[in-house]
Amino acid sequence: MAAAKLKPVDVVVVGTGVVGSIMCMELANAGLKVVGLERGRMTEPQHDFAMPYAHDELKYDRHSDIFQNLSRETITFRNTMSEIALPMRELGSFKPGEIVGGTTVHWGCHARRFLPWDFEVHSQTIARYGKNRIPEACTSQDWGITYEELEPYYDQFEHLYGVGGKAGNLEGKIQPGGNPFEGARSREFPNPPTKLTFAGALFAQAAQSLGYTPFQNPSAAMTRPYVNPHRLMLGECARGGFCSSHACANGAKASPLTTVMPALLKHRNFELRPLANVIKVNLDSEKKRAVGVTYVDAQGREVEQPADLVILASYTFSNTRLMLLSGIGKPYEPVSNQGVVGRNYSYQTGGRVSLFFEDKEFNPFIGGGMIGTSIDDLSGDNFDHSNLGFIGGAYVAVQSNGAEPIHSKLMPPGTPRWGSGWKQAAAQYYRRSFSITYHGSCQSYRSHYLDLDPTYRDANGLPLLRMTFNWHENEQEMSTYMRDKCAEIAKTIGPSKIGTNPVPAKYSIVPYQSTHNIGGAVMGADPATSALNKYLQSWDVPNVFVIGGSAFPQNGASPPTETIGALACWAADSIKDHYLKRPGALV
Amino acid sequence: MQETSDQHAYGYLTQPEVRFLDAAVARLIPADDLGPGAKEADVTYFIDQQLVSSWGTHGRNYRMGPWLEGTPQQGFQSRLTPQEIYRAAIRETNIYCSKHYGKAFAFLAPAQQDEVLHGLEDGKIELESLPSKLFFGLLLRNTEEGFFADPMYGGNRDKVGWRLIGFPGVASGAYAEYVEKHDVPYRAEPVSILDIQQQRVEVDAQGYPKHIMLNQQEQGSSDGSR
Repeated sequence: MAAAKLKPVDVVVVGTGVVGSIMCMELANAGLKVVGLERGRMTEPQHDFAMPYAHDELKYDRHSDIFQNLSRETITFRNTMSEIALPMRELGSFKPGEIVGGTTVHWGCHARRFLPWDFEVHSQTIARYGKNRIPEACTSQDWGITYEELEPYYDQFEHLYGVGGKAGNLEGKIQPGGNPFEGARSREFPNPPTKLTFAGALFAQAAQSLGYTPFQNPSAAMTRPYVNPHRLMLGECARGGFCSSHACANGAKASPLTTVMPALLKHRNFELRPLANVIKVNLDSEKKRAVGVTYVDAQGREVEQPADLVILASYTFSNTRLMLLSGIGKPYEPVSNQGVVGRNYSYQTGGRVSLFFEDKEFNPFIGGGMIGTSIDDLSGDNFDHSNLGFIGGAYVAVQSNGAEPIHSKLMPPGTPRWGSGWKQAAAQYYRRSFSITYHGSCQSYRSHYLDLDPTYRDANGLPLLRMTFNWHENEQEMSTYMRDKCAEIAKTIGPSKIGTNPVPAKYSIVPYQSTHNIGGAVMGADPATSALNKYLQSWDVPNVFVIGGSAFPQNGASPPTETIGALACWAADSIKDHYLKRPGALV
Repeated sequence: MQETSDQHAYGYLTQPEVRFLDAAVARLIPADDLGPGAKEADVTYFIDQQLVSSWGTHGRNYRMGPWLEGTPQQGFQSRLTPQEIYRAAIRETNIYCSKHYGKAFAFLAPAQQDEVLHGLEDGKIELESLPSKLFFGLLLRNTEEGFFADPMYGGNRDKVGWRLIGFPGVASGAYAEYVEKHDVPYRAEPVSILDIQQQRVEVDAQGYPKHIMLNQQEQGSSDGSR
């Protein structure tokens, strides 16, 4: 069946999440005719996410219709190249979104920048510790962009998303109350920091006594009513929980739905097409130029949208898969270590130490928007790794996210899984516990990658993306170290019981860990090891930009959304200031 | 609290299956000094309603073959849907019980029921159609969901699960004020989405319910009785 061919537009943007919404707005403002294509459905936040229905744990955490519908498309997974990858049949380890607004509709609001070190892991590690400290088979590399180059765009994104926090480093001067390890900021956060919770206060006191510097997590759940640069009003967060995995019913969570969409939908240069699933970027006969995209519409028809400029702005998996399905860039091949598309897939490490009390209650249901307290002393290269068996690090935090009753009950070690003993522990400790979590970087390795699965297909008959990933010794050693540091802080606080878990031997796709999948179409300075140049432009097809977590060559400890948003702002400026003036390769 | 199972029209489960699940969930979350258990919370009815929903046929799961067993790290790979798992596993567990104890599961003594549940949990009981661990994992997960999900899904009757742990349900608009009140327990009569739907609870202009605070004396003694 021949695809229906539409009238050409200037720009087609694939995905309307944190990246797509920003790209559409910036390029429409530059006078270009922009079409945004979104595989998910349209939303009417006032109706779709109203009180009290937004406070439904079973619906949003377990059976959500705002997450990716795996019946149409999933990924396949295996730990090692010697295994047969099998489809991820139900959601577990991560939860990509499928809705206008994307995954950021249900994000947790932890708006933390990467450290300057994160952008130069490879060269900084060699400079400080020597070449032999790069772990075996590690393919981590410099981003081709530095923190200093990206700083104005972090600032732009934080003002778009109304991030609340306290600067720790203003133009190189360390500020009391903030994170002294952060890269220099050009100005203060647009909103004040969150307030100190009871658990946060106990953590801060213990951390300080051990020589660490605690500060309040930067949060994109409004700490006061805020009007952003698009003149959109966000309300103050009521700390009622139901935040991560949920859409906010009160318009207090910064997301594409609250910070961009209401203004974008009125823009005369913009058209949104939901339920439009892009299956291919179409190239000219020499494969040097994109001529548009093909998508499957709500009625199952193939539609061709010609465009001068194609922006891939979808989730890590979809960006990488679309490049592979379209033949943009050479697919990565791990045995020969050749090719780039699919290379450097990575994730984030994490774990927790739980604290149980007999006499203190923490009102765990109060919270949300990542209200909490953390330290960065153990993140990145903020501490001396000379005598340690790993590179990288983690931030350590206490976060009150609004503990939901089905899945957020902490149980002391030795609690049975069911029966009266379990019931007694649930009754005693749901209110009288909290955890200290560590959230760490993850390097990239030669045998961790994405490619097209040889067997399994999606509802359109196209190959699924295949993930090959496992925990590497470097990250396991780091996790063990961080767990012990968390336990040390926990002991200082002095609960009646402490719960720690062993660091898992293998990565499992089953338990939820984080929706922080990155890599596959990475940016860099060398076309032999990156799919994109530092402007997130394809080396091979210069009128294709690929923006998202997919561009990270390895993962820092901070949650990725803030950096993804900053990269979108940076790419948008690069297109406006450079590409449009002289369309072609920017490097 | 009296038996509740007979009050419901079940959409998927048969009467023997209802008896099986009533007995099983009563062992997983038993009624005791702390209050009602999963049976009293109508968890069997909750499971029935979940099985009737699109989840019962894994409507949002990837369901194309080939079907291989896979490693534990690769997660759920059974070709059976939750409906099929419950149907086959209950029947086959009852056959096991008849062979070993001479009775169906629902008619065993509580200690024997625990023995069977442990056998399913550890994978020691072999079922013909599926690994017994798979069934037990699903049953335990659904039991906990049914005990703690909003009562609008048919379980958590009288919000007994929330009363047990002290979860106040739909948040009130006053939470932000409590962030900085350290070491001050917030204890309120729980409010469900169902309560608000049925207009049993007042809401403010933003849609937040007004919480009725419980005093210290009432703590720990709430047993779900109305």
